[in-house]
Amino acid sequence: MRTPPGISPATFASALQEFANVVGKEWVFTSDEDLDLYRDAYSPLRGEPDERKAAGAVAPRTVEEVQGVVRVANKYRIPLYTISTGRNLGYGGSAPAYSGSVVVDLKRMTQIIEVSDSQHYAIVEPGVSYFDLFNYVKEKGLKVWLDVPDPGWGSLVGNALDHGVGHTASRFRNHFDAHCGMEVVLANGEIMRTGMGALPNSKTWATYKMGYGPIVDGLFSQSNFGIVTKMGIWLMPEPEAFLQARVMVPAYGDLHELVEIQKYVENLGLAPGAPELGSPLLGAAGDTKSLVDIFFKGPPKFDKQHMDLIAGSKLGYSAQLEQYGRDNKIPYWTLSTTFYGPRKVVEAQWEALQDIVSARIKGARFESTGALTDRYEAARKGLIYPQNLGIPNLDFFAMGTSAGGNQPTRGHLFFSPVIPQSAEAILEANRVFSKAVNDIPLLQKVPMFNLRPFSLPSPFFERSYMFVLGFPVLDDPEINKATVAAFRELIRIGADHGWAEYRTSPIFQDQVMGVYSYNDNALLRFHEAIKDVIDPNGILSPGRYGIWPKHLREAAR
Amino acid sequence: MKGWIAIGVVAIAVAGCSSQESSSGETAEGDRPVLTASVPKDEMASASPGKKVFYRWCVECHGDGPRYPGTASLAVKYGKDMPAPLEQRKDLTPESVALFVRQGVSVMPPFRKTEITDAELAALGAYLSHNEEAVAPSAK
Repeated sequence: MRTPPGISPATFASALQEFANVVGKEWVFTSDEDLDLYRDAYSPLRGEPDERKAAGAVAPRTVEEVQGVVRVANKYRIPLYTISTGRNLGYGGSAPAYSGSVVVDLKRMTQIIEVSDSQHYAIVEPGVSYFDLFNYVKEKGLKVWLDVPDPGWGSLVGNALDHGVGHTASRFRNHFDAHCGMEVVLANGEIMRTGMGALPNSKTWATYKMGYGPIVDGLFSQSNFGIVTKMGIWLMPEPEAFLQARVMVPAYGDLHELVEIQKYVENLGLAPGAPELGSPLLGAAGDTKSLVDIFFKGPPKFDKQHMDLIAGSKLGYSAQLEQYGRDNKIPYWTLSTTFYGPRKVVEAQWEALQDIVSARIKGARFESTGALTDRYEAARKGLIYPQNLGIPNLDFFAMGTSAGGNQPTRGHLFFSPVIPQSAEAILEANRVFSKAVNDIPLLQKVPMFNLRPFSLPSPFFERSYMFVLGFPVLDDPEINKATVAAFRELIRIGADHGWAEYRTSPIFQDQVMGVYSYNDNALLRFHEAIKDVIDPNGILSPGRYGIWPKHLREAAR
Repeated sequence: MKGWIAIGVVAIAVAGCSSQESSSGETAEGDRPVLTASVPKDEMASASPGKKVFYRWCVECHGDGPRYPGTASLAVKYGKDMPAPLEQRKDLTPESVALFVRQGVSVMPPFRKTEITDAELAALGAYLSHNEEAVAPSAK
């Protein structure tokens, strides 16, 4: 039997018995076979001594059971690690940050507490997946849309708490932003409700975000200060129509104006859909649907002349390539976005965007789906990425399969620092990371995608871009180790330029938290001060996002 | 490894071919049920326990159609040797189903007991090995 570090087998056995008294024996897992289910399926450290592994797992069903589990953990000083649906693949999955923790698996908490299609919100438990809520809404005929991330089996709660993002209108894409109110089980076993939930009999828990006094919700995201057991989330009213459109521009230099326009129209609210940049000329699939098409069908096939021109480009540019694009009507850059609302409004918004672009970018061309009203048909016909229409699926998981003749993998990691929203920043990030790969042997040794010939960022958050590089996780431990080392180097390089991650797997959390170091790591020290007060025994998800309880802090350094 | 470096250096892998795929005007991808909620209610109500598990947990990757990741991958892997959609396979056993569900393979992660219980896994195995008794419509 495994035990958490520093806990004797006898103590652990007592704790396990008491966990069983709370959740029932069948929901306490200790066998090696069962605990294999609490390994990170995509870990690059699989089979290595530093792979994160659980000593046990418990699966409560109700908030009372969560409280019971937490009290037992406190009594025996058992480190816990909370997962929702446990599908945070690429970011740690169902494994703990601290090996030897007991995973608290909330997948059994599947209650959809309420969905209101007059106030446009849902209140859900952590085990509710996007699929679950979508099916519920569809079955009940409720007139609301979800905003979903690429994979639909994730938890609305877990995704929001890990700063996940989606694909519809800007105000819904930032999932944490779109949340409203939480219920949290604290380390002492007490239940706290935030926002208007702190007011008994309030009917505005899921509609007024701020409550009264300091807004503490953020403390429970990307952290280990409490176990969230309910969360409200704002939903988009079902629009009458939608329209997906694409702006196509011919010159490399047009990128600047295109980005400036994108920011203007999104921040104004004129074009709130996910503003995805692409480059057909460079073969860089900008929008997610084109990327997923590549997963299924393999990369687009270009003729030799085109490929030679791409290979000869520097930072994605060559005059000959640009001319080739003009001659063959292949745009250098594209910007695609989706509009939602009444038919005449979405058509007018698109028309306005075209006018703005035409006035500022010579030779711009446009295409669109026209206003449509049946999102299932649009998804089924492959016209629009279903996620842009709030429809969850698992299409993205074609990545890393053998589909399309691509090379199969065992998982992936994404390096995704935040960069400013400008063409200048896109070029600088490309320049810096491209040069790094050129100069640093460590970075040349590992398979990496989305850097060359040119990397276009992900636009899912407002006002910033995520510059995303991907790494496959393979069956070769030596390559995987090199990938981890390369990732660490990229974190360092990014930090030197003022770019750092929005989210990572526990493997990198200490390092990344370490680069957010202003004033002698004041932010981390603040987190630690909070941790020491509200979780003095350090039982909740030790190490998550670099926050270690006092008794483990020295060792973590 | 070499194949990966090629992909890493040129964002899109080298594959010399004279035709260029158009990026717009996609052909229809084939009809697909969107989710379990799209399976007609009476069909689901009378579905066997194993079929219910399949439609809840497996169909999103292993449904029958070109846009299911698991099916698309298996189609490449098996070619003409075996049908790619799992429901059409004749060779699956409860043991082999359990193996894949609890261990995963490639980018398919394992499924925990809080997702698919052992009893549900057995039902799924019976369903995919075409070895379950017919379930009367009035049963659950």
